[in-house]
Amino acid sequence: MLRYMARRLVILLLSLFVAAIVLFVLLRLLPGDPANALVGVGATPEQIAAAQAQIGSDQPLAAQFVTYLGDLARFDLGKSFVSRAPVLEEISRRLSVTLPLTLSAFLLSMLIAIPLGILAAVKSDRWYGLLLSVVSQVGIAVPVFWLGVLLVYVFALNLRLLPSGGFPLRGYGDPARAVTSMVLPVLTIALIMSASLMRYVRAATLEVLGSDFLRTARALGESRTGALMRHGLRNAAVPVISVLGIELSTTFLGAVVVEQVFSLPGMGSMLLLGIQQRDYPNIQGVLIISTLLVLLTGFLADLLQRVLDPRLRKEARR
Amino acid sequence: MSDLLTVRDLRLSTPDTVLVQDLSFSIAAGERFGLIGESGSGKSLTSLAVTGLLAPGLRAEGSVELAGTQVIGAPERRLVGLRGNAVATVFQEPLTALDPLMPLGRQIAGPVRRRLKREGAETSRAAVRDEVMALLEQVRLPDPVRLIGAYPHEVSGGQRQRVAIAMALACRPRLLIADEPTTALDVTTQAEIVRLITSLVDELGIALLFISHDLAVVGQVAERVMVMRHGRAVESGPALQVLTQPQDDYTRNLVAAARRFDAALEGQG
Repeated sequence: MLRYMARRLVILLLSLFVAAIVLFVLLRLLPGDPANALVGVGATPEQIAAAQAQIGSDQPLAAQFVTYLGDLARFDLGKSFVSRAPVLEEISRRLSVTLPLTLSAFLLSMLIAIPLGILAAVKSDRWYGLLLSVVSQVGIAVPVFWLGVLLVYVFALNLRLLPSGGFPLRGYGDPARAVTSMVLPVLTIALIMSASLMRYVRAATLEVLGSDFLRTARALGESRTGALMRHGLRNAAVPVISVLGIELSTTFLGAVVVEQVFSLPGMGSMLLLGIQQRDYPNIQGVLIISTLLVLLTGFLADLLQRVLDPRLRKEARR
Repeated sequence: MSDLLTVRDLRLSTPDTVLVQDLSFSIAAGERFGLIGESGSGKSLTSLAVTGLLAPGLRAEGSVELAGTQVIGAPERRLVGLRGNAVATVFQEPLTALDPLMPLGRQIAGPVRRRLKREGAETSRAAVRDEVMALLEQVRLPDPVRLIGAYPHEVSGGQRQRVAIAMALACRPRLLIADEPTTALDVTTQAEIVRLITSLVDELGIALLFISHDLAVVGQVAERVMVMRHGRAVESGPALQVLTQPQDDYTRNLVAAARRFDAALEGQG
């Protein structure tokens, strides 16, 4: 297990490295110099040259690349072209919005989708079991921003229960407002996510319900519910965990849209702003950290599956 | 009514096909009964109907009386009380019949604990463990200490089937159903498992419903047999008589084919 983990971590770092290179190359493939964007349309050649010197875009690409990799190796993501603030600092400020948003939406969606998915499978022959799977099917088709706007319309504009968007300037220094401004975005993500998650939970549970080992347990006197609890859930969890990993990653990346709808100062808006301003270090930083989080999520999901399923552990030993 | 199991005019059907019809047989307490038929003849379905474990969508009519309880139409709660207590089943494929994620010891402990509770006995961990070890010994599994910690994929097919038998015996049922218990195993292991099942049911006074397509195996095991084809019984009677002087054409063909097969094997060897 330890050797497997070490091997996976090496692969993770290599993937991150490759992603960093691809990112650098892709951004430099864009025509024009980011310094132009920095000083504006009416700038004189001298101003442009000064800006180029400041952000280092006057250096040859190879030199820029070496500096970039060297900085990365020291966990330094550079400084923003625009604000000259260290990228990592800005990201950690933004993550303090995006991470709680994603994680609480993720937890909430599990709380909704796992019990309902199991119920939909166990009661698939009843009308409410069917209704549940129809609802989840419809939920998958709903676009995130549309649900966000709908929730704002109902809870912010009509009921006036919650703010329609924004985040307090003092952040968590103003806890009540920080939390209330998170409620609708969290709900938006969680509802969309639980729709698709529920479908996976239902499918996994149905598969387990039809399995031979559940029939064995019942043939030896275990009740249907008892057999499902004792043997079914663990077996159904294995495929669901890999879906959970993917869902968590997509939610994190999909937060871009939700943060726009609710004007939250998270990673998503930092990325969009960075693209508008051609602020390469910020774009690179956001994408590298996102890649790292996605890779880590996959790693954790894999690990968890191995803990649950001894057959996977055996393969790993070989 | 001394019979443990009485099946009368059993009919199993889906909305558009009749799978089993006009099926009647009975098994006395402690008797070994064999059900013979090719795949698709309805023998496994019959055994599932006996335990009330038919897949939803299958309709059962007629009468199945097990230990004095009518199974057909009985609510699930009554069936749960019957399964494990009156009847336990060993299925064909021991790899999928066991939970892949649970150590074998814990899987045997499940029915053991239920039975101890039913009998009002102590269900402490030590008591359950002792019983599990005794069962492993009873099904002649070597190295039980290692085995209780092993997962199904870590032991051989024959060992898995022995574990499945131990789980069924853990229930102390009055009727053991063995549904093609040797089909997934190699020939040497088959013979061992058959011997194990017959000696155990005799020793413990358990009635046996042995299902197989293999005439030779059923001949070894059963005192009385019934031959099924296309969901109907074509012949039944004492095993010796049916297998040596078959009356029905289909049974005659089966017996002749089995003889030719054996002769061919011997000719080769």
